[in-house]
Amino acid sequence: MKVTINGEEKNISAATIAEVVTMLGYEGDYFAVAKNLTCVPRGQYAETQVSENDEIEILIPMQGG
Amino acid sequence: MWQLAGKTFNSRLILGSSRYRSPGNLRDAVKRSGAEIVTVSLRRQMTGDGSKFWDLLRELNVTLLPNTANCRSVQEAVTTAHMARDVFKTNWIKLETVGDEYTLQPDPFALVEAARILIADGFEVFPYMTEDLVVAERLVAAGCKILMPWAAPIGSGQGMANPLALKTMRARMPEANLIIDAGIGAPSHAAQVMELGFDGVMLDTAVALADDAPKMAEAFAHAIKAGRMGYEAGLMPKREFAEPSTPIIGTPFWKEKTA
Repeated sequence: MKVTINGEEKNISAATIAEVVTMLGYEGDYFAVAKNLTCVPRGQYAETQVSENDEIEILIPMQGG
Repeated sequence: MWQLAGKTFNSRLILGSSRYRSPGNLRDAVKRSGAEIVTVSLRRQMTGDGSKFWDLLRELNVTLLPNTANCRSVQEAVTTAHMARDVFKTNWIKLETVGDEYTLQPDPFALVEAARILIADGFEVFPYMTEDLVVAERLVAAGCKILMPWAAPIGSGQGMANPLALKTMRARMPEANLIIDAGIGAPSHAAQVMELGFDGVMLDTAVALADDAPKMAEAFAHAIKAGRMGYEAGLMPKREFAEPSTPIIGTPFWKEKTA
């Protein structure tokens, strides 16, 4: 399945957001996820399905002014 | 001590966490200035271990104020705020919507719309704005209790570009918490805005890029405190003419002139 993750096109087999973050190696609670410009709350990763052409954004805390 | 969004703070300095030479430099600047609120952002992980900065933030033990820096639309800003709430476990959001690429001037229309959406969603919105009084009024009408007008464009270090407008905003919005965000370059600039009665100052570049960032952070802390004390004590009115401070009565060698 073709999706865009953080601006890059990828072919993945993950079916849910939970599987996507595991596949990419994110662990713990220091990141947040959005799908198609809508935030996916942490508690909903397992039940949130990923579909063809979805745009997924995974962000982490960073320095900011 | 002062109140901001229901919390009590001693320091009126809000410190950014960006552009420091090292994590240790940021840590020392926070400690030495006594800043109790630090701004942060959310970004894509480009390299290395993304959890390190998160660990440093926890170690600082400060109140975090996440921003929506570089968001170009209402939807981007709203989604970033939701993601920040998910990670940082706070309903505070420093709402930023870029309107102009050259000055990085906030887009006031997107700002007001995003503020309205986020306030309805339970956020405490800290909108980064220009010194425009009508925009300030619209933001307050949307439910903002805190406003963050710029002194000058971000990173410019100019100090107050439009002191009259900032003075007017303070006078017209006595109830709002007004925190100057952006454009402050020197401790004296911070003292000046505090003397006008602003409630706090948000800084990043002026501290982070100083030769000695922790020392500069402390310098700003003193300036902010001095400016606030000056405001509370009541500044003398400006006059067009001189007025001697030493009594005239009893002036030595004085003689009544005779015609």
